[in-house]
Amino acid sequence: MSLLDVRDLTVRYPVKPGLFRPATRYLTAVNNVSFQIEPGETLGLVGESGCGKTTLGRAVLRLVEPESGTVWFEGEEITALSRDALRARRRKFQMVFQDPYGSLNPRMPVEDIVGEALDIHRLARGAAREKRVGELLRAVGLDPSYANRYPHEFSGGQRQRIGIARALAVEPKLIVCDEPVSALDVSIQAQIVNLLKELQQRHGIAYLFIAHDLAVVENISRRVMVMYLGRVVEAAEARALLASPSHPYTQALISAVPSVDPVSRRQRIILPGDAPSPVHPPGGCPFHPRCPKAQAPRCSGELPELREVVAGHFAACHFAEGQDH
Amino acid sequence: MPLLEIKDLSLDFRSAEGAVRALDRISLELDAGETLCLVGESGCGKSVTALSIARLVASPPAFYAGGEILLQGRDVLQMNPRELCAVRGGVVSYVFQEPSVSLNPVFRVGAQIKESLKIHRPKQATDEEVVRLLKVVGIPAPELRARDYPFQLSGGMQQRVMIAMALASEPKLLVADEPTTALDVTIQAQILELLKDLQQRLGMAILLITHNLGIVAEVADRVAVMYAGQVVEQAPADLLLERPLHPYTRALLASVPRLNRPQQALTGIPGTVPTLSELPSGCRFAPRCDVARPECSQRVPDLLAVDSFRAVRCPFHDAARESATQEANKA
Repeated sequence: MSLLDVRDLTVRYPVKPGLFRPATRYLTAVNNVSFQIEPGETLGLVGESGCGKTTLGRAVLRLVEPESGTVWFEGEEITALSRDALRARRRKFQMVFQDPYGSLNPRMPVEDIVGEALDIHRLARGAAREKRVGELLRAVGLDPSYANRYPHEFSGGQRQRIGIARALAVEPKLIVCDEPVSALDVSIQAQIVNLLKELQQRHGIAYLFIAHDLAVVENISRRVMVMYLGRVVEAAEARALLASPSHPYTQALISAVPSVDPVSRRQRIILPGDAPSPVHPPGGCPFHPRCPKAQAPRCSGELPELREVVAGHFAACHFAEGQDH
Repeated sequence: MPLLEIKDLSLDFRSAEGAVRALDRISLELDAGETLCLVGESGCGKSVTALSIARLVASPPAFYAGGEILLQGRDVLQMNPRELCAVRGGVVSYVFQEPSVSLNPVFRVGAQIKESLKIHRPKQATDEEVVRLLKVVGIPAPELRARDYPFQLSGGMQQRVMIAMALASEPKLLVADEPTTALDVTIQAQILELLKDLQQRLGMAILLITHNLGIVAEVADRVAVMYAGQVVEQAPADLLLERPLHPYTRALLASVPRLNRPQQALTGIPGTVPTLSELPSGCRFAPRCDVARPECSQRVPDLLAVDSFRAVRCPFHDAARESATQEANKA
């Protein structure tokens, strides 16, 4: 049984034409997305701004309510739980946010930022709480004597460690990491990626790792999913996806990453224009207006399904062909 | 004569708590038509260096403590306000990180480009010239887009408008401070391609500030690596990426995750960048350096030329490289 099983998840946001006027249109941020995460594995989720990756991460934890579809966690349907039942289950799935400045309460000492999770789930009090906070800080590489300091006394990397300690406090089985390293300098980014990997090995935590940096995602993930305009366009083992991408969007995305290695510099595919607005998605394949391989009328008329092109390698493109990895 | 020559530039930020030295004897050179990348992590002084070229750092709190900035042979630090006006947005143009913040939200983008034309090329301050500039930076339907407000354009289009505005004065030097950091990679690729293309057509020099070593590999002719207010290494881009000499440059490169190398162990750099008010004695990188020796914390090493192309601020860079090669061989 998968740890997390997401089936046909759709999230829509109302678009209000004015402050007091009712919504007339909807923006479909996540469109019919299905995937699984096994215990202790990392699933990477990549895509450009506005593709719906953050909304998907939040919908999985029911931080935003999905429009349709179901989320199953350890065989239990999360999307059917009452508020109280959901709150108790939240112990099992936590979140680490992108902005280490905005996600920590500036008026709380670290001890309470991390300890609050213990209070809410009634896991430890008094001396036991103090001891547990010390353990958690040590686990993320911070000196336990920092417990009574405030967030502003820490650097960005240290703050992200505090955010991770807070998520770890309740011994979760799944952590949704939403761009946890994109606000950090590269030397610090490597420290945090290594910390996340080490914690996974020690505690068997599964991650849904959301990022826009393909190289970071490849480094930490076993499988990777690529989103475009709310839909999953490709999903495969990390190595297969990065080495032989099937979807034209993934191919362009990978070729756009500036590479440090002179040997691996390949022909760059420059996509024309910007991603279309998800309020008015194009008909047919959502990528066809920018796609170098699009063929009329099929691509503009028919939505390609996510299909298995090679064993374990899925792509949503009419013309995707399997390649041997 | 190089287009830009910064010699031993030092800059202090003074406050009630005392002064910190944000730039410590920075020396850089840039020829016409060349691209120099300034690389380093947050707070290393790369933006302050770039802003200093047109003396755009507010003073106070900033005070130049020594050195000179020779732009076309004339010291910017000695210029009077009128001369500075001709430099700012004239000989030197800037493109900043966040186009949505740099553009004025209540004016149409065409009017904002025209404003730059009025100041620097008043005779050509026409709608036709605005449209031509928008066309140069690859904006489709430029006649229509000139009448848009910034919020009507995407981030990539806004950055193109910023570049069009910077080009209005036909600058000799374009300073781009993290121009693509706020953009998605596919849009970043478009903008980098545009900058390279414009440089070839117009022959400008580009000073590009970035923390992304991949971008360095794509666009730079030469690179200067900064750490805690000092230049620690200067070299041609391909040499620096293939054979970094300074332990900081090496560590930085080892921290970059590469594509198609899923098993790569990221080493990172232990600790954090020192704050300018509490700099370590001796070499500023020594507390985080994996090959530091006791003598490293006694004396600040000088930036010394290794050969005619390269300079490095580490007397032990040979030893550092040897140990790195040994480790690589072991692995």
